Amino acid sequence: MRKPFARNLLVSGAIALAAFATGTVAIAAGGTEPPPARKWHFQGPFGTYDRASAQRGFQVYQEVCAACHSLSLVAYRNLTDLGLTENQVKGLIKDITVSDLNDDGAPVDRPARPADRFKKPFPNLAAAAAANNGKAPPDLSVIVKARQYGPDFIYGILTGYVPYDKLTPEQIKEFDVKKDDNFNKYFPGHKIAMAPPLSDDKVTYADGTKATLDQQAADVTEFLAWASEPHMEDRKRTGVRVILFLLALAGLMYAVKRTVWADKH
Amino acid sequence: MVATGALGAVGAAAVAWPFINNLNPAADTLALSTIEVNVTPIAVGQAVTVKWRGKPVFIRHRTEAEIKEAEAVPMSQLPDPETDNKRVTDTAKKVRPEWLIMIGVCTHLGCVPLGNKAGDPKGEYGGWFCPCHGSSYDTSGRIRKGPAPKNLVVPEYLFTSDALVRIG
Amino acid sequence: MASSHGTPPVFNNKVISWIDHRLPIFSYIEKEYHTFPTPRNFNYFWNFGAIATVMLVLMIATGIVLATNYTPHVLMAFDAVERIDRDVPQGWLIRDLHMNGASFFFIAVYIHIFRGMYYGSYKAPRELLWILGVVIFLLMMATAFMGYVLPWGQMSFWGATVITNLFSAIPVVGESIVIWLWGGFAVDNPTLNRFFALHYLLPFIIVAVVALHVVALHVHGSNNPTGIDPKGPQDTVPFHPYYTMKDGFGVMVFLIVFAAFVFFAPDYLGHPDNYIPADPLVTPAHIVPEWYFLPFYAILRAIPDKLGGVLAMFGAIAVLFILPWLDTSRVRSCTFRPIYKWFMMFLVVDVIVLGICGSKPAEGFWVPLSQLATLYYFAHFLVLLPILGKIERPLPLPPSIADAVLKKKAV
Repeated sequence: MRKPFARNLLVSGAIALAAFATGTVAIAAGGTEPPPARKWHFQGPFGTYDRASAQRGFQVYQEVCAACHSLSLVAYRNLTDLGLTENQVKGLIKDITVSDLNDDGAPVDRPARPADRFKKPFPNLAAAAAANNGKAPPDLSVIVKARQYGPDFIYGILTGYVPYDKLTPEQIKEFDVKKDDNFNKYFPGHKIAMAPPLSDDKVTYADGTKATLDQQAADVTEFLAWASEPHMEDRKRTGVRVILFLLALAGLMYAVKRTVWADKH
Repeated sequence: MVATGALGAVGAAAVAWPFINNLNPAADTLALSTIEVNVTPIAVGQAVTVKWRGKPVFIRHRTEAEIKEAEAVPMSQLPDPETDNKRVTDTAKKVRPEWLIMIGVCTHLGCVPLGNKAGDPKGEYGGWFCPCHGSSYDTSGRIRKGPAPKNLVVPEYLFTSDALVRIG
Repeated sequence: MASSHGTPPVFNNKVISWIDHRLPIFSYIEKEYHTFPTPRNFNYFWNFGAIATVMLVLMIATGIVLATNYTPHVLMAFDAVERIDRDVPQGWLIRDLHMNGASFFFIAVYIHIFRGMYYGSYKAPRELLWILGVVIFLLMMATAFMGYVLPWGQMSFWGATVITNLFSAIPVVGESIVIWLWGGFAVDNPTLNRFFALHYLLPFIIVAVVALHVVALHVHGSNNPTGIDPKGPQDTVPFHPYYTMKDGFGVMVFLIVFAAFVFFAPDYLGHPDNYIPADPLVTPAHIVPEWYFLPFYAILRAIPDKLGGVLAMFGAIAVLFILPWLDTSRVRSCTFRPIYKWFMMFLVVDVIVLGICGSKPAEGFWVPLSQLATLYYFAHFLVLLPILGKIERPLPLPPSIADAVLKKKAV
């Protein structure tokens, strides 16, 4: 049975649906220019996390971001996914204490264990807001999934600060920028509460990588991308197998269908 | 026969009612229905948001200019005509034009309008602006433009002293 | 075939025939899914009923597994979903299947609805079959809406707030209804808790209505691309193996596309804001529902009056209930309707335009565009359809399905 019409319609329907879906997702973030698209190691159907970069990124998070931003959904044990051994993880957390209750029900500080979630910088949201001019710094556990443009946005924010004296008079006027405001090219509305967190050599990398601003921003974004979706590699691996299996089964089904229908065509 | 059927229907309705009523707000939810706020820290021109019954309540300490502007609007220009005076009267009938207390929920589809914080857009009428569907409210919280049908709702409140207001 | 339809089948297996004598499930399967005479000329559009059924089963299976790890509490729901993603063995897979499954269930059903409309499957004697289908569609929308609330992200919360507030447009009792729906004075813990309960319940009601849908289908059998009734055995084939195999192939192709999204773009159809925990005091800059609701959301916003918008949105679905009586044409299939065919295609474009409008902020030229598209949507059903049926001259119908098939083969 030849049914070109039906087939064409299905194809055009699929394209329309795709366009439709894109329309849904492509909602501009309030007129701010989108951050430039970067090439990430974890992109594409076979992309994986760059372990060395993510480990460096963990160092950046721990030494810089963790002062204000929690990472409450990630546990220290998860770091073994980044290639650290259990002993290395224990070494990293040996100086961290977390609050708990002792046997008598009194609050105590005990050494952190690998099973603990990352320690929060503030005991609760209200305390976090109070210490940061009324706005609590967002938790970073799923930040890469929670922002349009994902990793490009995070990298863009970290590298997109423009000092007050480099702004044009038009920008200062249009966005009502004061001397103490932080102006960021990629933040919706441009005025961001966070002061520029990174600068060259803010951290010293153990592996000898030069800690430029760009390098630190890229590394911490790689780390946060992993934190947002630790199972991504498993997902893609499974996906390849599932699709190959389905293709084989669909091929067989098609052959069977042809055979069954042979006498009716 | 008819009497039996009618009585049966009454019984069925009586059985159905607890199932329907069960979904209404519970006693602990109702118990949180009043709050007290100390308004002394709010400077002239500032506003705060407090949470009441799970909703934001805006408390704005209005400037003289804002009060004048709100009082000067002719009723004919309002989609939901209401005097400014009426909107700043507490349950003891005392008028305090400097304090505007409203539920910060857009009467269109329940978003929280912007305008309470210093950097927020306040809309064309200097009050509040709803980012969802573009409704603009004036300095009395009355709807002026956009899809919202009604003014921002003023809850029942009572100033128990010059510093303390009880909402609910 | 048609001749075997009336005679009860004989089973060689003693156990099967013992059971069948007392509870004729095997006779039923034999009659309805094996020998059931089915038009021989289905195109691939007829696969989508089977595909939708597969998606329904998949949604229920993944949903039950997810529920075993979910906690319907405002303080715990977001973390519970993240725990499923991170710590529960293969939880990420089950959740990705469930969340993309909803979208693909709607894709299958939208194509299924289009097929019904294009080939006039709603026309006599299949009106109730169609109405049951619209009921399923409504139940699906309610289920999907409540399901989207459960992860308790920003879009969950604000979507729930906007949609439940629609009921406040009802005069007099609106406010009380909304408070009753919420179980409080805002969308809060009681709301989340009851949405979870109902989200678990409704799919089983959908299964029940699907069963009625299938029973109604098997009374008069399926429509087909020509829209003319089978006149004898030469026009039909037994359901098995002809359509079981064809449906099987169609399901596989559909699942390949589905798998591509699940494994390589699981968050593509979602919204990034839903990875931000719900905050009742901060409204996202731009609230959008899931893509499958966008056309209806656009209709809601196209009308500048609150009650009017709500009525138009519900009217857009309500009009589907009376579709069988709005169509005055004496032929079913658009294949033989040279004018209406194009209006039907234009309706598809119109709904896609509405969908795009629904995803954009309600400002600028999107407002008049969505109003125009809304106008066409209603004009299509309420004006064009009844008039065209009277004035359009259909193409000559083939004498039988077999003739249509043989003629096409010759070409």
